[in-house]
Amino acid sequence: MVQKLMELTNLDGVSGDEQDVRNYILDNVKEKSLKYCIDSMGNLIVKCNSSGQNPLKVMLAAHMDEVWFMIKDITEDGKLKFITAGGMDSRILPGQHVRIGADKVPGVIAQKSIHLQDREERESVVKLKNLYIDIGATDRKDAEKYVNIGDYAAFASEPVLFGENRLKAKALDDRAGCVVLLELMERVWPFELYLCFTVQEEVGLRGARIAANRVEPDIGIVIEGTTCADVPGVKEHGQSTVLGKGPALSFADRTSIGDRELLGHFVKTAQEEKIPYQWKQTATGGNDAGRIQTSGTGVKVITVSVPCRYIHSPVSVLNINDLENMKNLVEKALGKLPSLEGGIKK
Amino acid sequence: MDTERLIGHLCDINALVGNEKEASEKILEFFRPYCDKAWGDPFFNVIGYKKGEAKNPKKVMITAHYDQIGLIVAGYEKNGFLSVSNLGGVDTKVEGASCVTIHGRDDVFGVIGAKPPHLLSGQETKKNLKITELFIDTGLSDDVLKEKVSIGDPVSIVSPVVKMKNGCLSGRNMDNRCGVAALVLILEQLQRLKHDNDIYVIATVQEETGSLGAMTAAYNLEPDVALVIDVTHGDMPDAGKSKCFTLGKGIPVGIGPAYHRQETNRLLEIAGNERIPTSLSVESGDPGTESWAIQVSRLGVATVEVSIPLRYMHTGVELVKVEDVEMAACLAAKYSAGEIGEIRCGWNQEMLL
Repeated sequence: MVQKLMELTNLDGVSGDEQDVRNYILDNVKEKSLKYCIDSMGNLIVKCNSSGQNPLKVMLAAHMDEVWFMIKDITEDGKLKFITAGGMDSRILPGQHVRIGADKVPGVIAQKSIHLQDREERESVVKLKNLYIDIGATDRKDAEKYVNIGDYAAFASEPVLFGENRLKAKALDDRAGCVVLLELMERVWPFELYLCFTVQEEVGLRGARIAANRVEPDIGIVIEGTTCADVPGVKEHGQSTVLGKGPALSFADRTSIGDRELLGHFVKTAQEEKIPYQWKQTATGGNDAGRIQTSGTGVKVITVSVPCRYIHSPVSVLNINDLENMKNLVEKALGKLPSLEGGIKK
Repeated sequence: MDTERLIGHLCDINALVGNEKEASEKILEFFRPYCDKAWGDPFFNVIGYKKGEAKNPKKVMITAHYDQIGLIVAGYEKNGFLSVSNLGGVDTKVEGASCVTIHGRDDVFGVIGAKPPHLLSGQETKKNLKITELFIDTGLSDDVLKEKVSIGDPVSIVSPVVKMKNGCLSGRNMDNRCGVAALVLILEQLQRLKHDNDIYVIATVQEETGSLGAMTAAYNLEPDVALVIDVTHGDMPDAGKSKCFTLGKGIPVGIGPAYHRQETNRLLEIAGNERIPTSLSVESGDPGTESWAIQVSRLGVATVEVSIPLRYMHTGVELVKVEDVEMAACLAAKYSAGEIGEIRCGWNQEMLL
């Protein structure tokens, strides 16, 4: 699972062009000869094998896109001006490696050297409009040979295993979710299970909406990577999640409120199976659950997340045990779903 | 080895300022094949010697520093985090969300994180991270971390060397491994150049904290003339034009009180003869390079400087054009092999004593 996750994070999947990630997942789906469809936006929906004992329809969602850049202009001297998408911390942008467009042209995000910055420039965060990408082009005409306005760009950051069970990579949000879905693909489930690899989460949870409309599930479970702020200088109550304490369950965030019954079921499963879990301590952020919940005539949703430090940066960090525990918790909780049947039937 | 690969290999070496011992042996291996003699001094300056043909040869010293900026472990925080201080002139803005190697008992990988943006106050989002707000996440338990890492261990930034368009390279340590690459190229060229002078090519230490390596090397060698190779600011759209040099458009040669006028003129003349394009880099005082220290070594050394334009100095994405390194090396080699006249005061062409 970790190997697959590393491979997945090294692919670029930006909102609106998730093709490389989708093709990787599709290869895995085809190996298992499962039924699938790819919709007009690019959502990949996979139908797992079912014994049909339970009439429930369950949708699992993980998004394939990551935070990204787009080239908006090329200057006379051949530098690329860009926009960001998906909520990026502009404090960390200068000095990052990126790759641009279909040809993966290497570039670096830059500003003038520290020696040439005045005191104010040294102390304040560079505005996005003052940053640029350098690909080594001599001027605009030269740059246009390699890059077009409108080209996407993504962080270039090799995944690295380090410390005690830590993985550093870009796009852990939400390739971590994608890889968990892949792990659950093989089993025969007693209910109908649809694995939805969604698009355009980072720009407004857009793919999940039409995927949910297509699947029309009773239950939606979103598998995510979420913020983790257990770092020096942050008080405990503001830490959101803590690395190594297991998958995080969300009461609520900006886009949805977790279904109480489902949350109870997951907690009970975790306790019975002795799988560690934690509550997400903040109600910030949002994810596909928000759209799934209000799709059709309404869907019961829950979000299960793996804590990721430095999320939305090229050096996101997760604990592999958390990932394994997330997979185990989701698998076991799904396995026990029939006991809920009465409570959540339409 | 082609220049691009040479630069790549040199950039991969870790030589944090003040911690150059291990690296000195690696640099020595790059020099050795082309020298009559190569050795390291007690300060870990690495010296490659090419014997001159004259009976009483003049001594030419060519230096380029091989130390690099980085961080130093300042303290332990809870849960596998370390606080840091700077080694040399670090731009904290570019350290956020980067990967590092802590050179402790073993090399330990870590990432530099920060408080996440959604927890920052409005004021905090406008201020850059101070060095005291940076910390390294090692992912290790505190016990293991204390075993592997000590306070004071140097920390290097991890950033790959990436090939860019138009023969450019971007990565860490270009400042000043490009200069060191030029030294290797000079040694290589000197095998084919007849020269009367004894030529000492020296990769120096501790430039980033005050040119200490150059100081000791010059004192030890007592050269007649010295040529310094270092990087200078390349053209960046947000920087003024006057202090910056366009990549691939000529080798900047230093002009100002730090440099010997007569020797600089000879250098420029050689450039003209060899059709190597140059531009003048005006420095009103301390240029921030080794020239300033070498010039006042012992009884004084006639010092000149050639530069390699480099964008985004002191970041992990320093960007250079490979042909600039080659041209700087070519110019320096020709200069070092050339005949040195009587060293006079540069301005009035007369010795004052």
